Amino acid sequence: MRFSLGKLALPLYAVIAFIYLLIPILYTFVFSFNDSLKTNLIWRGFTFDKWTNVCQREGVCEAFTNSVFIGLISTIVATALGTAIAIALVRYRFKFRSSINLLLFLPMATPEVVLGAGLASQFFNLGVQKGIWTIIIAHIMFCLSFVVVTVKARVASLDPALEEAGRDLYANPRQVFWKITFPLLLPGISAAALLSFALSFDDFIITNFNAGADMTFPRYVYTAAARGVPAEANVIGCAVFLLAIFIVLATQINSEVKRKRLAKKH
Amino acid sequence: MAFAAFGSNNSSKPSKPTKTGKVVIALLAPGLAYLGAFFLTPLIALIMVSLQIPDPAGGYAEYVPALEIGNYGYVIAEYLPHILRSFAYALAATVLALLISYPLAYFIGVKARPWPMLQKLMLTLVIAPFFISFLLRTLAWKQLFSNESWIVTTLQDSGLLDQTQYVVGTPFMVIFGLTYNFIPFMTLPLYTSLERLDIRYLEAGSDLYASPAKVFRKVTLPLSMPGIISGTLLTFIPIAGDYVNASGDFLGSSSTAMIGNVIESNYLQINDYPSASALSVLLMGVILVLVSVYVRKSGTEDLL
Amino acid sequence: MAKEFIARGAYLELKQIRKEFPGFVAIDNLDLHVPAGEFFALLGPSGCGKTTTLRLVAGLESPTKGQIYIGGKDVTNTKPHERPVNTVFQSYALFPHMSVLENVAFGLRQRKIDEPLVKAKEALNLVQLAHLADRKPQQLSGGQQQRVALARALVNRPSLLLLDEPLGALDLKLRREMQIELKAIQMEVGLTFLHVTHDQEEAMDMADTVAVMNLGHIEQMGAPEVLYDRPKTVFVSKFLGQSNLLVGDVTSTSANSISIEVGGNKISVPKDRAEKHTGKIAIGFRPEKAIFHTKKPAANSATNVIGAGEIIDIRFTGVSNQYLIEVPNLGSITVFAQNMGQSPVIELGEKVWISWAVEHTFGLSDLPANVEQA
Repeated sequence: MRFSLGKLALPLYAVIAFIYLLIPILYTFVFSFNDSLKTNLIWRGFTFDKWTNVCQREGVCEAFTNSVFIGLISTIVATALGTAIAIALVRYRFKFRSSINLLLFLPMATPEVVLGAGLASQFFNLGVQKGIWTIIIAHIMFCLSFVVVTVKARVASLDPALEEAGRDLYANPRQVFWKITFPLLLPGISAAALLSFALSFDDFIITNFNAGADMTFPRYVYTAAARGVPAEANVIGCAVFLLAIFIVLATQINSEVKRKRLAKKH
Repeated sequence: MAFAAFGSNNSSKPSKPTKTGKVVIALLAPGLAYLGAFFLTPLIALIMVSLQIPDPAGGYAEYVPALEIGNYGYVIAEYLPHILRSFAYALAATVLALLISYPLAYFIGVKARPWPMLQKLMLTLVIAPFFISFLLRTLAWKQLFSNESWIVTTLQDSGLLDQTQYVVGTPFMVIFGLTYNFIPFMTLPLYTSLERLDIRYLEAGSDLYASPAKVFRKVTLPLSMPGIISGTLLTFIPIAGDYVNASGDFLGSSSTAMIGNVIESNYLQINDYPSASALSVLLMGVILVLVSVYVRKSGTEDLL
Repeated sequence: MAKEFIARGAYLELKQIRKEFPGFVAIDNLDLHVPAGEFFALLGPSGCGKTTTLRLVAGLESPTKGQIYIGGKDVTNTKPHERPVNTVFQSYALFPHMSVLENVAFGLRQRKIDEPLVKAKEALNLVQLAHLADRKPQQLSGGQQQRVALARALVNRPSLLLLDEPLGALDLKLRREMQIELKAIQMEVGLTFLHVTHDQEEAMDMADTVAVMNLGHIEQMGAPEVLYDRPKTVFVSKFLGQSNLLVGDVTSTSANSISIEVGGNKISVPKDRAEKHTGKIAIGFRPEKAIFHTKKPAANSATNVIGAGEIIDIRFTGVSNQYLIEVPNLGSITVFAQNMGQSPVIELGEKVWISWAVEHTFGLSDLPANVEQA
């Protein structure tokens, strides 16, 4: 193999780029072990304390629990609504296609300040009290489009003949959906659900406009930023990160194993 | 658009829509009605609030419906620096993100094609920052570049910075943060576009006596243009409305305030809802113009 | 309650079917009758509407106009899952998330038939794939998948089995084997098979009746030998095998035959083999029915002669030699000569006359497209 500088340049660049992308993660991770007091600005010593007693810091665990609850509800609703739309978009002919595509696209393109301010104004006009449920309503709204995009890709790759075969073999439309369509769409639906949960969990701007006094994890970090974010927040952030990476890698390894197993022809 | 990168593994031909029937309404109605109620209506509410005037008979933060278009004039005059600054920062950050992401996307999407597992791993690394709260990652940069940090003291000692100059709070820092946070938004669409690039076009280029630089300029770049365009849209638009990076608590200072900061402070702190709404509508308007230019060129099917 | 269907094949009838899609009409004026227990082939080029017809029978599409009867019962508005019909899809459409056995058992389960797995195993035995029952479809070869698709349909004992170009993806040897197997199964079980294909050899080989479809309607229908020997339209004459066509006006008629004059030659057609008896008619004969002569043959009321023409191309195809002869005013005529073990006695450029028996001539109802219509 000839090692010309030109050939090495791109891989080297990629390595540097990846390091650059991961620096804040490493930083957050390292400082989650800091034996800090109220703020987490200066390194004082290594400890596992923050990891083992994460809920001792007031507010962190409540905020985290709220975020998880909001994430779960939003994900379930957004995934259900979005999957239905994705199936309709790919399989069915109907009028007003362009307008519907546009309507689904715009929430992804609209800046979060606009979405947040808009919804807050609406709640204000209707006299609705801001709280956990207004946050959930907001999250479902902006997750919907992302679910549609993700599931749409999966539906498009599903051979329509499979569903026709189901109908040909005496399954009524409901049975066709649950026994054939849904199991085959499941990877796409799962990916959409994960994405939706991630977007909801990490959302700050829209949440900030539409929360009352309730704290989500990002809101907690933001309000603490002025005084100094405690190491426990780092702990939660890293725990979520590790869980997410684990899920992503596990699904990829799982599908790779499946693929290799099926590739063995007989 | 970008999320097709994580779509299914089997790349069979996409099917055309063929079915008809009333089922479509049942499938589309709930989701679309939801968006109608919680996306479109709020936008209309924004427009309405932006035209309101303070209640002459009311107290602080009370407004009545009106048609005060003058609100827009006021907002533009008052906040023109912020508006211009936002688009300047957004442009700078988008260009930087493009320059940084393109080689990376090229490496993953073209050079690494013989190793699909490696490709997937690298894509995971690209979106890994998403998995940690973006507030935490922005804070990490703030600490790393803080006034007493190792980086800043080294720059000061080596003379690149004055002893009184700092990094946090400057436009540089804000743009740096914006670029960093949105690199994945730029990389994924670029990757999707480059991944589909047929290598044989590049081979044909060199077969026809073009140097690698020329092949890039005349073949690769034009063919990856859809990715560049959607990546640019996906990056520029959210950056324009961002306010966390530019906020004083994070990477900015009062001199780097962007439209987002102004909207936020007007809405949540000063309670000047009409101004906040007017700015939001203006921001939304610019974005709609950009999107409609794109749609006119490429239609709506590729949006999703 | 298990849904029981007729165990014997049913007859199929399509009446005046019209199918419109946005922008074009796929089928118009279609009448079709498939007798019970028959192996019926629907033959035609891509885009002729044969797959659409199949889908209409399966219930996967609804006709714009017309009725469909299965076993005498009007099923035009019945949903696919309520029709006693099963389809073997062109792409097999085996469910990738189920094992082969579960695939075959699927229809039985939906109909709540007892012991679905036992019956599925039996069906797999019929296609000699019982040993692969627990594999996933993706692990099977194309031929094996095709047999699983067949088993999956057959296990339900449908009155009518629809096959949508099921052998298209198989290599030649496998295709031949499957053709024999399919025919054997059909005769053994007594089901009605409706087989859609563009391969005319396959249709003629396997089917009891062939219907040739073109541009959304049926051009001709009948036993393969009849269709081959007596095509009625230009399309059928060219789609099933090859034909030499000559166009001319009818100049004289006798008790049993009509004659046309073309390029100075008189050609006779028996009246019962001609679709028209007056006006401009296209008549034809098959290349393998003709022989060529180096000297003009004597006139004969039982033989048609044309010539002289020049041999402009000779092709060796193993079994036969194919000669292309340019006859003035008539165009290019093709003649097949079986290789009897002698070297070719004729060379390029030679002048020859072509003759064939009058009784092998046929007269068509329409004219070739490039000819001025009468």
